Parts: sequence; structure tokens; C-alpha cells
Amino acid sequence: MASMDKPLIITSSPHLHCGMNTRGVMADVLIAMLPATVASVLLFGWRALAVELVCVASCMASEILSRLVMKREQTVGDLSCIVTGMLLAFNLPATMPFWQAALGGVVAIVVAKQMFGGLGQNFVNPALAGRIVLMASFPESMNNWVVPLSGTGADAVTAATPLADGAASYSLGEMFFGIRGGCLGETCAMALILGGVYLVLRLVISPAVPLIYIGTVFVLSWLMGENPLYQILSGGLMLGAIFMATDYTTSPINKAGKVVFAVGCGLLTVLIRQFGSLPEGVSFAIVIMNILVPLIERATRPVPFGRKRRAKD
Amino acid sequence: MPTPEKIILAMSQHLGAPCTPTVKVGDTVEVGQVVGDSDKPVSAPVHSGISGKVAAITELLLPGGRKTQAVVIESDGEGRVHESVKPPVIDNHEDFLRAVRASGLVGLGGAGFPTHIKLNPRDVDAIDTVIVNAAECEPYITADYRECMENSWDIVSGVQSVMEFLDASRVIIAVERNKPAAIAELSKIARGVSSPGREVRVKSLPARYPQGAEKVLIQACTGRRVPPGKLPSDVGCVVMNVTSVAFLSRYFKTGMPLIDKRLTVDGSAIAYPKNVRVTVGTPIHDVIAFCGGAKREIRKLLMGGPMMGLALMDDTLPVLKQNNAILAFAEEDARTFPASVCIRCGRCVEACPMHLVPPSIAAAYKNADVESLEKLGVMTCMECGCCSFSCPAHRYIVQTMRMGKDLVRNAPKKEN
Ligand code: SF4
Ligand code: SF4
Repeated sequence: MASMDKPLIITSSPHLHCGMNTRGVMADVLIAMLPATVASVLLFGWRALAVELVCVASCMASEILSRLVMKREQTVGDLSCIVTGMLLAFNLPATMPFWQAALGGVVAIVVAKQMFGGLGQNFVNPALAGRIVLMASFPESMNNWVVPLSGTGADAVTAATPLADGAASYSLGEMFFGIRGGCLGETCAMALILGGVYLVLRLVISPAVPLIYIGTVFVLSWLMGENPLYQILSGGLMLGAIFMATDYTTSPINKAGKVVFAVGCGLLTVLIRQFGSLPEGVSFAIVIMNILVPLIERATRPVPFGRKRRAKD
Repeated sequence: MPTPEKIILAMSQHLGAPCTPTVKVGDTVEVGQVVGDSDKPVSAPVHSGISGKVAAITELLLPGGRKTQAVVIESDGEGRVHESVKPPVIDNHEDFLRAVRASGLVGLGGAGFPTHIKLNPRDVDAIDTVIVNAAECEPYITADYRECMENSWDIVSGVQSVMEFLDASRVIIAVERNKPAAIAELSKIARGVSSPGREVRVKSLPARYPQGAEKVLIQACTGRRVPPGKLPSDVGCVVMNVTSVAFLSRYFKTGMPLIDKRLTVDGSAIAYPKNVRVTVGTPIHDVIAFCGGAKREIRKLLMGGPMMGLALMDDTLPVLKQNNAILAFAEEDARTFPASVCIRCGRCVEACPMHLVPPSIAAAYKNADVESLEKLGVMTCMECGCCSFSCPAHRYIVQTMRMGKDLVRNAPKKEN
């Protein structure tokens, strides 16, 4: 029985694999966004869903077209562009004109992601890049907040967000359930935390980054005499800490680096909120830290086993 | 497992210089007779495990691409034992080392490093700790566990001789936590043989791959870290596989050299997975047939464990001394996936027991940047496979590591 019917498969070791793949990881992220998606529709009406669909469609189309133009293999299958689309939508108000939302998707995928070489190569979070470009280009549409549970479409009442308001016009309970003005996906802390717990349980993210990020904001704003609970529930902090500061590509790859990154995000968020002219610091904090990632990684690179840490690398 | 009809003895069953056959075609050989030896220091003799006639001396392609001579012996079924098989006389350290070499023992944990070299470090006085590795080297394999359970007395008496000849003050038997029966068994005996100045103790370690890897094990047991490019003896340790230790004690009693080996035969294509004691040189298809044959079509055949084992081209290859497993997998476990881009998820960094950052090393390799490769510690990689195992993008990380190492090895040395 020495001979085999078919030649045996020869591969290099290891011969086992954990079974996780990129698409699976991205699918988990999408599942984790479901609660916040449902919340966005409940709070802001069907137009929320429409904005989400427009963003996803625009991101998918941008991904396909840019890969076509660059003559590289298609990558929509890895689902990462859908994640970006959803995150972008989560960062927009429900009243966002569709064409502007779609433009945000194009900027996110084409400019921030594919022009840098696609998944794993971009250095700023594509969804945040899209958001920031939209904020600079269409400030009115980006600040047109719908009061939650007030209906959809033309008759929706618009208002300022609590952060822009300055005054604590919402109770902490309302803030926790997301009954406040704000972007689609950022208001309902409960739904976001639910998604975060799912990601941690599925080992997609380590809890360290969101906890340290939120913890830093909590402590710092408390030291500065703010109501810390109010600070961590407002703006896009929950969304940013759980879904954007944990983005693989744009955060440090090693553990120590992740800690530094998360502390930095928290610090910048508080500083921008306190001293900046912008009401909301999360997007900018994360993007600035994104840019610092290579530096952080170099400074915190683990020492190979058995080697002494040297003063200079 | 019964005596095979035919054995094929590769002349290179260890790290180091290959042996040359010491028998000719047509010679009669007996159990325990030397059939191949070398005068190079880093080598170990090869013995026949059956009595019979030398049928041929051929060439064999070993997995990993090495070619070696091989002595093929056909059994006469009588099992006559050669006259040289008698307990060795040991009076001093030299005798001890000579006996260890003559036993043909090599590291049975997989690497196959000749044991007499290991037991003869440059500075024998510096050795204070002997670690007996009973942490199974890879998933699936349970051969060492069986050894602990069946031959615990051999282990202990082997431990005592090694401790004596190395003049080590302590012996640590490292067992994984998920084998409470083995821990209990060994602890009982260890307590009995410990004496002041000669401490024997059992250490239970988390059951985690690659706990059995030498450097990882030394750190877990003693807290000492072996620097890159250094040997365990440089931090005062000698690590021996538990089966090797037990074998030594038997050898000192009987003089029977290393002619058989316990193997774990497992995998989705094997009808009755089990641990079997196999004569070294038995063709693999005979071993599989003994385990009920293949219940499904074998698509991948491994010599060694699933993380570091080598894929075989066919099943006519013989069992080597350092083998501890044969794994045969059916189609669904043999599939491979195309690699996609690195998403920088950090799983490989987290998984690496050597604290490396594989994507940075991959980038340095791509740029053929030898200096960065060295700085990033590519030479520290032990090819354990943890990184590739956990990579969601199915990247060929271990292969990149190997190529990176080659690049560093072949680079012209910087003069400074
Ligand atoms: S094979 Fe991978 S996990 Fe293992 S030591 Fe090398 S880089 Fe680290
Ligand atoms: S595990 Fe794979 S995808 Fe993740 S960082 Fe390492 S190489 Fe990249």
C-alpha cells in the first residue's frame, strides 16, 4: 500500500490553524455594530437606516472601482469596506444629505484607504478621515442634529448636541440610552457597550484600549472639575473608544503601544473638549494618535526573548 | 507493535555528521548491533532493532530535503541479541559520556541532538540545574505522557544518574498542568529520592504550546532567559526529554541501545489512533496499518507534531529515532488557504513566545534589510508556528521567518 492515489499535500509547518480569517473578523465587527444600528433607527427614524445604506453602498462601490482602476484583485469580500461605511454613517447626523454622505464614503475608501495601498496600509482611520472632510466641507449639514424620537424627515425637530450646548440638558439616564442629539451611532452608550462586550468575548479586540481610553477621559475630566460620567457618555467617545481606536490597521500592533495609544487618545480628547474651539474631540484625537502610531510602535517594540533592553534602539 | 519484516535505518537520525554504514550487503546483523557510526564528535551511532540480513544499502530522501544513506535489513524473525549488548561499566564522567554515546541516544523530543554532546557542556561545573522535559512538545502528541505513567521509576533512576554525573544540585521535572495523574505519580517518587543538596522536584506548568520548547521551558522553570545564539548550558541548565532520561536508566541496566521508540499515531485519517512502541526504521505504512490503517483517504502525512512537523511525500519512509508522532489527516484538515494582506491585528505579536513582531520582520525581509532583521530578532525565532496559527490573514509568517534567517545567515559579515 506504499503508493497513494493522489500525491500527498506538502506544506510547510504549522499544519494547524485557528480557523479565524479576515472576513470572519470583519463580520464580527459588523455583528457588534448591530445593536447601535437598531438604536439609531429607533432614535432617529428610518432616515438613519437610509444614511447607513448610502454610506455602505458608496464605500463598496468605491472599493470595487478603485481596485479595478488600480488593476488589483478585488477585496470587497473581506467586508472591511462595509465596516468603514457603517462607521462613517455612525459619525453623521440623520439629516445628512445623501449625496454628501456618499461623498464621505468615497473620500474614506479612495483617499484614506486605497490610495495608501488598501486594507492594512492606511495610516488614518478611513471613516474618521471621511467624517473630518465632511465636517470641513459641509459644516451646516454636519451640525444639523435631530432631536431623538421626534419623527423623521422634514418634520423632525433639530437641536444642538449636549456638548455644543454646554449645559447638561439631558439626564445621565437619557444619555446612557442615547436619547440625545448626536450622530447616528454615537448616542446610545448601551448599544455600543453591548457591541464592545461582544467583540471582547469573540477575541476580536482586547478590552484594554476602550477601557483605558474611557478611563483616561473619566479621570482627566474629573480632575478638571467636569462631571466625568457626563463626559464619558457624551459626544462620540463610546463609539470612538470601542470601534475606532481599536481599528487594527491604525492602532499599534503591540500591547504596550496600544496602552500608550489609548492614553494619548483620552488625553487629546479632553484637551480638545476643554480648550479647543471644537465641541467634539474624539475624531481629532483618534486621527492625531493614528498619525503617531509608527512612532509609538518603535518606542514600545517588545524586546526579543533573552535580549537585554538597550538604551537606544 | 510486532517486529517488522523489514527496517530501513537512515544514517542521519540526529543533528550533526551522518554515520557511514559499518555493515555490508549480505551481512548478518543482530538486535542491538551497530550498523552505522561516525568518527565526528557531533553524531550518534545507529543500531539494528531486528536480527536478519542486510538486504541493501540505499539512498533515502529525508523530509526537509536531506539525502542520506540507509541500511535496509530484512528480518529472520529470530530476534537474536548481539553480544555487544550488556550493561555498560561506568566509573567516571568519561565512561558515562562514552556510554551515552554508545547508546545511540539523541534528543527524543524531536530535534534529535546527540545526548552525549548535551551532557558534555563546555563548563560542566557551571551546570546546577537539570530540567526534565515532560511537557509534551506539541498538541496531539501524548507519547511522553505514556512514558511518565508507565516508566516513572526509570525516569527517576535516570534522573539520579544524570544528576550525579553532572553534579547538578537540582532536578526539575516539568509537567503540564493538564496531566494531574503524571504529576501525582512523579511527585510521589521525587519526594522519595530527594536528599539535601540533591533536590528533585516536579513543577507543573500551564498546558500551553510551546511550553516544551527549550528556552520557554527554562524560563518557566528557573526564570533564566537564554540569550539569542546561546545554549541552555550558558545559563547553567541542561534540558533532557523525559523519555530520553528513562531510556538512559534502562540502558545502564541492560545495555540495550536505542532501537525502538514510542510514537503517537493520530489524525483524522487514522482508524484507531494510539501510542505504539515501534522499532526504529519501521516503514510508516506498516505503523499506520498496525493502527487499523487509514479510515479515510490520507491527504497529508506528518512526521512530528502539527505545529512543527514535516509533511511527507510518501509513506514508505522509515521511523527515525527522534520521531514522536505520525499524523495522517484527511482532506478537510489538509486544505490550505491563500494568504491575504496583513490587517495588523497583532495576533501574531501576542502569540509569539519569543516576543517578536512578525509584520516588522516581514517588512525588513521584503527590503532585504539584514541589519533591521537582526535588530528585530529574527534569529530568535524558533519556528514554533504560533504566529501562522493565529493569523486571520493566513500569512506565511513562519516561512518568511525562515527566509529572513537565511538572509541573515548568508549575508556577508560586517567588519567592525
Ligand atoms: S514561529 Fe512565529 S511565533 Fe514562533 S518564534 Fe517564530 S515568529 Fe514567534
Ligand atoms: S496575525 Fe497576521 S494579520 Fe495579524 S498582524 Fe500578524 S501577520 Fe498581520
